[in-house]
Amino acid sequence: MKKSQISPNQKSSLFIKKHYRGEFIIQAIFFLCAALSIFTTLGIAYELIKESLLFFRTPGVSIIEFLTTTTWQPTIGQYGVLPLLTATLITSFFALLIAIPLGLGAAIFLSEYSYPSTRKIIKPLLEILAGVPTVVYGYFALTFMTPLLRSLLGADNVQIYNMLSAGLVMGIMILPLFSSMSEDALNAVPSSLREAAFALGSTKFETSTMIVVPSALSGIVAAFIVSVSRAIGETMIVAIASGSGSAFTFNPLKAAETMTGYIARISGGDISYNTPDYNSIFAIGLLLFIFTYILNLVSRRFSKKYREVYE
Amino acid sequence: MIDSKNQNGFNHDPKFMHARLKTGKIWHRLFFSSTAIGIMALIILLISIINQSLGFVAVENIKDPQSISTIPFEQLSNQQLIEILKINLSENRLKTIEREKPLLEMGQSELIKLITEKVVDAKVVASWTLWQSIFEKEKISALVEASYPNAQISFRNWLNWDFLVRSFSSRPELAGIRVAIKGSLLIVLIAIAFAFPIGISSAIYLEEYAHPSKWLNRFIQTNIDNLVGIPSIIYGILGLAVFVRTLAPLTSGEVFGIQGLSSRSILSGGLTIGLLILPMFILNAQEAIRAVPKSLRQASYGLGATKWQTIRSHVLPSAVPGILTGSILAVSRAIGETAPLIVVGASTYITSDPSSPFSGFTALPIIIYNWTTRPQDQFRNIASAAIIVLLISLLSLNALAIFLRNHYNQTRVNL
Amino acid sequence: MKNNELKIQSDHYAIETNFVNIYYGKFRAVKDVNLKIQPQKINAIIGPSGCGKTTILRAFNRMNDFILTAHLEGEILLHGQNIYHPDVNPVEVRRKIGMVFQRPNPFPKSIRENITWGVKINGYQGNLDDLVEESLRQSALWDEVKDNLDKSALSLSGGQQQRLCIARTIAVKPEIILMDEPCSALDPIATLKIEDLMRELSKLYTIIIVTHNMQQAARASDYTAFFTMDEDRAGVMVEYGETGLIFTRPTDKRTEDYITGRFG
Repeated sequence: MKKSQISPNQKSSLFIKKHYRGEFIIQAIFFLCAALSIFTTLGIAYELIKESLLFFRTPGVSIIEFLTTTTWQPTIGQYGVLPLLTATLITSFFALLIAIPLGLGAAIFLSEYSYPSTRKIIKPLLEILAGVPTVVYGYFALTFMTPLLRSLLGADNVQIYNMLSAGLVMGIMILPLFSSMSEDALNAVPSSLREAAFALGSTKFETSTMIVVPSALSGIVAAFIVSVSRAIGETMIVAIASGSGSAFTFNPLKAAETMTGYIARISGGDISYNTPDYNSIFAIGLLLFIFTYILNLVSRRFSKKYREVYE
Repeated sequence: MIDSKNQNGFNHDPKFMHARLKTGKIWHRLFFSSTAIGIMALIILLISIINQSLGFVAVENIKDPQSISTIPFEQLSNQQLIEILKINLSENRLKTIEREKPLLEMGQSELIKLITEKVVDAKVVASWTLWQSIFEKEKISALVEASYPNAQISFRNWLNWDFLVRSFSSRPELAGIRVAIKGSLLIVLIAIAFAFPIGISSAIYLEEYAHPSKWLNRFIQTNIDNLVGIPSIIYGILGLAVFVRTLAPLTSGEVFGIQGLSSRSILSGGLTIGLLILPMFILNAQEAIRAVPKSLRQASYGLGATKWQTIRSHVLPSAVPGILTGSILAVSRAIGETAPLIVVGASTYITSDPSSPFSGFTALPIIIYNWTTRPQDQFRNIASAAIIVLLISLLSLNALAIFLRNHYNQTRVNL
Repeated sequence: MKNNELKIQSDHYAIETNFVNIYYGKFRAVKDVNLKIQPQKINAIIGPSGCGKTTILRAFNRMNDFILTAHLEGEILLHGQNIYHPDVNPVEVRRKIGMVFQRPNPFPKSIRENITWGVKINGYQGNLDDLVEESLRQSALWDEVKDNLDKSALSLSGGQQQRLCIARTIAVKPEIILMDEPCSALDPIATLKIEDLMRELSKLYTIIIVTHNMQQAARASDYTAFFTMDEDRAGVMVEYGETGLIFTRPTDKRTEDYITGRFG
């Protein structure tokens, strides 16, 4: 047996130390990159809060007025966010009115009824629908949906910019998102449950709606909440088709600017920092951020609960 | 105690079963219709875009071509055409044209086009959609006779080569998207250059090094999951506050000695989009890394490799297809984003190509947004042409992603 | 009453197959099965893996309809009527022929709702609570769950869940109960409980059970059918007869080989 020249312990411990330092540096770099994401969130929160505080400290602007009054006219010092908020809610409402029933129907069809050959065609088509940029949807809303509504409901009743048009097209945009998330939830329900139901002498409709959908409910609810969040945060469709200039109205056939539309319009023009106009973007952005953040948290809670049951 | 099964209690009325089956059939049709409506919406969307991009136009000539040359342009030689240009255009305009391309190098069709535009000054005064052009020919003719007596009707495809290579113009028929395309490309490049290294590093850390037991790691992961759901306009606001305002010296080039530019530059736009696609990219990369089988890592460790060596030589190469697909998806998202760019300050009217990362910028979706909101019909036409360009790029990217995914899945299976 | 009518009209078989062949696409999984099941008895179907036992069982209640590539040639007669006739409604067939599966699959609902669901969709007009109690008693589960019927079914043990599945199957008053290896996911004690239960149930229902467990077939069933695989991997029925005879004096060498453990 050949004897080694150096004692094995000595040599190998040198080895370990050298790699260890290099490894540590690399790990540190990766960690910093990952931690950068925290700075993104902190940055968003910090900037939004900082400028909002500036906004609310401006003389003539109060939080109470912000949250409760119904006129938003910065030029005359009126800062009530309700018009923007109601416009956001109304457009989102119509969007969900389209997206949820149709999306759920499509999900049930794809998951419970369709043949694999049909699914192979329909799913990519829905994915394309999901991939269309929102500015294209905005174009569609203004050039197709609005004229359609005007011819159906009368050009006098429907303004050129209106919330219904934007809302309906937003619904088409959200439909594939909700549909695919719901379909995932439905697919995750084990087929043994369906078999048990069929073996009792039930029709496919009875099985799908009374057994499968309730079993997939928390996943579907998660999908719903994500859709709400998406609708609230959508900008381009409402910026193009819903109207610029705030208006407090519940009539969806009228024009009204949403929160996102307002931010886009103001920041797209000339900006002078530290004016109430500039700061107001952040106040509205903060409101938007809070809404969507909470919605997303709740949705993930439902998602997690759902995954725990089936995985 | 077992009961006799004679007392049945069930509804054996055949009408009942019939009703159940009928209800089932009705709902089956409803579910199918829901799907069909979605698909139809897509088809209608595509048709309406194409509808706007082709059609009749009424063209009025500011200057009568006859007054320039009694012989039709097609029959003139290049020399004669150049003569016409020299006679009718001012020195300055000639210089501008020569700067792009010398007159002597131009072909006959190019020269004729130049004359038509600059000398004759053909102007599109009205346009119609494809549908109208096919089905309402007489109405259009009558209208043109009445309202535009001096105009000629011709068929125009708004998406043509000129459209792709020209820059902006306030006249829709002369406008092109070259500047916008370059802007979009630069933004996407910067976004990827930013998001790719950071994204992969984060994904590697979260999948390979981070123990879920540490609260910090769980916090980072939750944070990234949440960032995906934040509306894109808020990223725009972040970009405005951080890149445009706080980091103004950096993004306007002052730090590099360039003066006089605004910090609402391509760099700001690109970095903002980079931040936007970063969380999505990380999640994608994480999935790709997670898909690498544990056995591969264990084999590597078993041979005495360190963690980084294992990652570098085995895990990453194996995850490359998934990461590639994820990158392509991130790029498609980046190309279509409009809202953050508006907030960061994309220009809606820029005539010159971006010369550096610090110049003002515009992008394809921004152009579409701007043109869509203009009142004249013709802007709707060029908006639809620009949309077609955008959609084709997206479709190609996604097709590429799917192709790559299938290709790599095949090779993996064959192994 | 209906019961006696059945005995006169039918060929006194609970269910019978005539030259049944079942294909999955081009592959023939089951070949030329002629099986006449004795009513109100426990009929076991035994044989090695992959010889079509589950396939033929699922053909009885048209569960194979859900497999796109599966199709059946031949006839399966219930009261002399071919259940695969195009005019026959499979939903009705499945109510008359119930099934208990290999792994207990109660609905994620309460115990009570598990039983009442199938009953309600079939238009039951009587007292639901009585029916729930009756079904649970018949499946030997009543005493264990009677105090809290609104508890989730998923909180029960495996054996209890399987008995719940049996309860919900008999609640819709089928004529035949199919059981696809119902005890394979259960421990021996739970298994014995189910076997006792089967004995009780066979007084009212015809039971057809597929089992891998020869000893179970030998001790628990009245009639046994032995299936094996053909040269072209199609399942064929070798013989069917009284369990005692099959296990002591099988008429076919293949049966004898399987029973004595020479293969399978």
